[in-house]
Amino acid sequence: MTLPSPDGTAGVAPDAAALVGVALPKRAHLVRRLLKDPTAVVSIVLLIVIAAASFAAPLLTSADPAAPSLANTLGPPAPGHPLGFDGVGRDIFARLLYGGQVSLIGALIAVLVAVAIGVPSGLLAGYAKGAFDAVASWTANLTMAIPAIVILLVVMTALGASTSTAMIVFGVLMSPGVFRLVRASVVAVREELYVDAARVSGLSDARIMRRHILPVVAAPTIIQAAQMFGIAIMIQAGLQFLGIGSSAESSWGSMLSDAFSNIYVAPQLLVWPGLALTITVSAFALLGNALRDSLGATAIKPSRAARRKARAAKSAARVTPSAKTPAIVLSDDAASDDDDAAADAATPEADVLLVVENLRVAYPTSGGESVVVDGISLTVRKGEVVGLVGESGSGKTQTAFSILGLLPPEAQVTAHTISFDGRQIAGLGRNAMNELRGRRIGYVPQEPMSNLDPSFRIGFQLVEPMRQHLGLSKAQAKAKALGLLARVGINDPERTFAAYPHEISGGMAQRVLIAGAVSCDPELLIADEPTTALDVTVQAEVLDLMRSLQAEREMGMILVTHNFGVVADICDRVAVMQTGKIVETAPARELFANPQHPYTRMLLDSTLEDSVPRRALAAVGAAATGSTAADTTLATDPTTPTGESA
Amino acid sequence: MSAVTQHRPGAGRSAATDEPLLVVENLVVEYPGKGFRAPPFQALKGVSLSIRAGETVGLVGESGSGKTTLGRAVLGLAPVTGGEIRYAGDRISGINKKQRRALSDDLQVVFQDPYTSLNPAMTVNDILTEPLLVAGVSRTDANKRVRDLLDQVKLPQDAGQRLPREFSGGQRQRIAIARALSRDPKVIVCDEPVSALDLSNQARVLDLFIEIQERTGVAYLFITHDLSVVRHISHRVAVMYHGEIVESGDAGAVTSTPEHPYTQRLLLAAPVPDPVRQLQRRADRQRLATQLAAQDEQAGAGVGGDEAHSTDPSREA
Amino acid sequence: MLSFLLRRIGSGLALIVVIASLMFVLMNMTGQNVARNIAGQTASEEQVAAKSAELGLDQPVVTRYLDWIGSAIQGDLGSSWFTGQPVTDTIGAKLPVTLSILLVGLLVGTIFSVIIGVAAAVKGGWVDRAVQLLAIIGFALPSFLIALVLAAIFAVKLQIFPAVGYVELAESFSGWAKSITLPAIALAIGAIAATAQQVRGSMIDVLKMDYVRTLRSRGLSARSLLFRHALRNAAPPALTVLSLQFIGLVGGAVVVEKVFGLYGIGTLVFSSSSSGDQPLVLGVVVVMVLIIVLVNLLMDVAYGWLNPKVRV
Repeated sequence: MTLPSPDGTAGVAPDAAALVGVALPKRAHLVRRLLKDPTAVVSIVLLIVIAAASFAAPLLTSADPAAPSLANTLGPPAPGHPLGFDGVGRDIFARLLYGGQVSLIGALIAVLVAVAIGVPSGLLAGYAKGAFDAVASWTANLTMAIPAIVILLVVMTALGASTSTAMIVFGVLMSPGVFRLVRASVVAVREELYVDAARVSGLSDARIMRRHILPVVAAPTIIQAAQMFGIAIMIQAGLQFLGIGSSAESSWGSMLSDAFSNIYVAPQLLVWPGLALTITVSAFALLGNALRDSLGATAIKPSRAARRKARAAKSAARVTPSAKTPAIVLSDDAASDDDDAAADAATPEADVLLVVENLRVAYPTSGGESVVVDGISLTVRKGEVVGLVGESGSGKTQTAFSILGLLPPEAQVTAHTISFDGRQIAGLGRNAMNELRGRRIGYVPQEPMSNLDPSFRIGFQLVEPMRQHLGLSKAQAKAKALGLLARVGINDPERTFAAYPHEISGGMAQRVLIAGAVSCDPELLIADEPTTALDVTVQAEVLDLMRSLQAEREMGMILVTHNFGVVADICDRVAVMQTGKIVETAPARELFANPQHPYTRMLLDSTLEDSVPRRALAAVGAAATGSTAADTTLATDPTTPTGESA
Repeated sequence: MSAVTQHRPGAGRSAATDEPLLVVENLVVEYPGKGFRAPPFQALKGVSLSIRAGETVGLVGESGSGKTTLGRAVLGLAPVTGGEIRYAGDRISGINKKQRRALSDDLQVVFQDPYTSLNPAMTVNDILTEPLLVAGVSRTDANKRVRDLLDQVKLPQDAGQRLPREFSGGQRQRIAIARALSRDPKVIVCDEPVSALDLSNQARVLDLFIEIQERTGVAYLFITHDLSVVRHISHRVAVMYHGEIVESGDAGAVTSTPEHPYTQRLLLAAPVPDPVRQLQRRADRQRLATQLAAQDEQAGAGVGGDEAHSTDPSREA
Repeated sequence: MLSFLLRRIGSGLALIVVIASLMFVLMNMTGQNVARNIAGQTASEEQVAAKSAELGLDQPVVTRYLDWIGSAIQGDLGSSWFTGQPVTDTIGAKLPVTLSILLVGLLVGTIFSVIIGVAAAVKGGWVDRAVQLLAIIGFALPSFLIALVLAAIFAVKLQIFPAVGYVELAESFSGWAKSITLPAIALAIGAIAATAQQVRGSMIDVLKMDYVRTLRSRGLSARSLLFRHALRNAAPPALTVLSLQFIGLVGGAVVVEKVFGLYGIGTLVFSSSSSGDQPLVLGVVVVMVLIIVLVNLLMDVAYGWLNPKVRV
């Protein structure tokens, strides 16, 4: 199972999503992965050089960073003074190096303080919740709402102006950021089922914290620490620029302040401290990004070659008719192909609504490409319901999306033909496609709740396409939308029209989506697992609705599903897909009565519908004995509901 | 619809003279209301259930019925506000953390989602040894036990070195089963363990559950929304609706000739994988629906169509 | 929506009170003898004591705090210890400068973040990489450094903009615009870097959403899809970042005002805190927090308008 799955129904997509930012991998892996990332290597090298130069300052220069000399004011570079002199004749090179020391030590103090406060409080608040969480979160929000520099100014006048005091205070001011991050990570992970499982396994809270929660907190904290280093260096420079901090201390901020006072005579003084500051902070920021990539994205990162391929494919992302591929290649199962061909021959051409020939969908991967739909052919006649059935990863959803032109840009789609109502639609531009989509081809998605735009009222979402496609006025479109809502079985259309998606239930949302799909009277409806996310009683009603709409409007329909019960309920003809290929196509009754392909047989055998119930454990009770054939009894002889229970 | 549970003669506790292994009595679970001064939400409104050693009790219902909450309450993961749960005669609802940890020898779980129920950062070996090490088993013994467990759930021996993401959904669920089995529990709560799986995997994993039960004598509380799954694996079945058990009894009977109108609706709503029989079932369902509607009209109270069941989507946990 | 707004206003007021109290405590922790500072080093003990009594410093801290809070609620922030001028007058005179650069900075920041973020998300490729790089640089350049560089290039070298000073809006629009362009840009760049990143990220996330695909399946135009549906859904998280950035903007004003010789409340907080002019410091901090609360309230309204779920 290595299929990329942009539709989320197939392949391993949930995997990767579940993994991002979730855990700290083993240390050795991390270092190795980090060293493979050029950004990380560059930033680490830069930081090492900066730190080494700063702390080796006495070895690198003999000049005193604090000794002014009038004679050298704004003097040019001289032997032993490679960068010249500042406004009061101090050696710039020496000040730069010693200033680095101050910056790095100060930032380290701030970050340590922030982490020392933020991590434990965040862990406690996230794990234990309750009163501590309420108080701590409130304090954190409060602290974050005041500009740090203002507090620092006030505190510095109160406590005296040393850089390390300032950095301790700044660490306190940054700790809410750490707190919130840690708390959020803990809250997210404590809802994970694996934490529940650990609890059921008898792990103590301390052990759950150590084994399952700390590793999750570590990664984002490390990333944030890198960024906080940069921020601390900046704020420190800002304070020093304002003249706060010991004046005997050399610092990048005070160098900038000196440059500022000489901005008319020697603006070049800005260059060295400015560069030192920017490079150091950038290096920390880059390191943070690199850490995020290597800690978070354990998910497969496409190789350079794959990225290039994806880019090349992007230009050809729309369906391209492939001239070079043979018309129909149904290599596996010639029988099913014959069925199709025979059926085609038997029906007049005019009846055919959709023809797909030799459709292929592939995605670039690190090792080349992965083919998710492998040369399938399909025909839908007017008013016919075709089921596309298969397990996850079989390519059924990808097939549906490629007909609608809804695949992501990196998909490589080729087809000999995709024709709709006699017109080739493979390779149509976006505008031409938009005249078909929604207007003549409708789409019903799988997950009702995630398929309505949460920010717009339901009415607007129904009206917008009708106004665009049918040129209706606002009032006309609203009248039609209300009619549609009533038609799909919604009791109070006015209220639903004015509701936001989060205000209605899943079953209702699916009805709304069906109303939207048929709003412009399409001739073809493509429904992708339209009832999978619904409760079984709702499913039955939604299927009834779809069946009656289909009959009333004589729509052709492609129904993508994994449920043979749904197929039996509504489909005229069925195509069974397995790993990108159609292995069998047959009229529905024939397929169930006499499945040809072994895969179809295996799937049908896996359905539990007719499995024999287990006997009661103690083998007591006559109740168990007579019941094995009861299902058929029920089907032919409807039960009368027990009246007294009403 | 009536709230009264319809007990069938010869099924359930009445048949047993001694107390069953796990007993749930008049259980109430309430969650605090969402807004200020909102009334608490009752996820379970006085539910009673019992499981004997080696038995599978299927708990079937739709979303919002409270079936998952019942499972979580048994595991100590949901707030019990009324009634009690007894295991082997001892009350286990409202016990402290230490006592709850001691129960982990006997009471285990397999969750629905095989993607989030395994820590993605831990190897299969770490996942499986964790419950053993907690119980004081030595590392060598634990490793030995893991090999045995992998064998039991039919995973290759080298699976231990790998991470969960390297496995398919069905294989992950086998890992979760192995974890649940590691300390030879007496009861496993299975919360929709096959719902996320493909059809063919579903059948295989269910058969694995049955095989393990027959070999080890473990009891299952098997929670699912699928009547055909519940029929396949359960000895007895309880049907939940809006926080109550509306019907319970022998699996064959409840899933084939249900007495409660809701169970009937549930059964007739599930489509049969056979066009001819489905045509019949659909007609039956529509007939039942009209009958119920007529009855409702007579009773004067309209207990709803589909929307009534799906309006509280948020409260399944 | 109304109760949502009332709650936000309430928490904003609470914030102001708590911060003012905190500042009061902080300033009174110091053993600094303010009375002596004001009276001068040569003043006699009696003179210092008299000054102390005049300023009310001989009262217990709690009494002074209650007095201050009591009159602050009525809009009276006291008078400066040094100049004797009412604090509200001093702040009122300097507020337009700071508000000009803050609001223009915020406006510029918002517009550019959206343009840059959307472009990076939609175009991808080199545009995206360029934006990422700019974001890193924007993050790594503190606003006062940007201010210094802008001043050195555009004011000192090219002399397009004035290096120092503020021209009132009432006096001359172009003069006003010129005097605040560089400071506003210096402030905005950092906010743009952070907010554009967020716009980019949430746009990319939204474009992957199921409902975007469904909207595409309805044949909606690319423009409606992008700017009506996707941008609206991507905006709330970006707004959150923007309101955090605004707090940074207020802090940045302290330093940027100094660089451009603007005598706004940023400069005031610096000068008054270094001299220990308690009423002035407290007043300025209260006004700064008030500005932050008001702007955040505006953003909350926008947030509620964008996201129907928070309106309840």
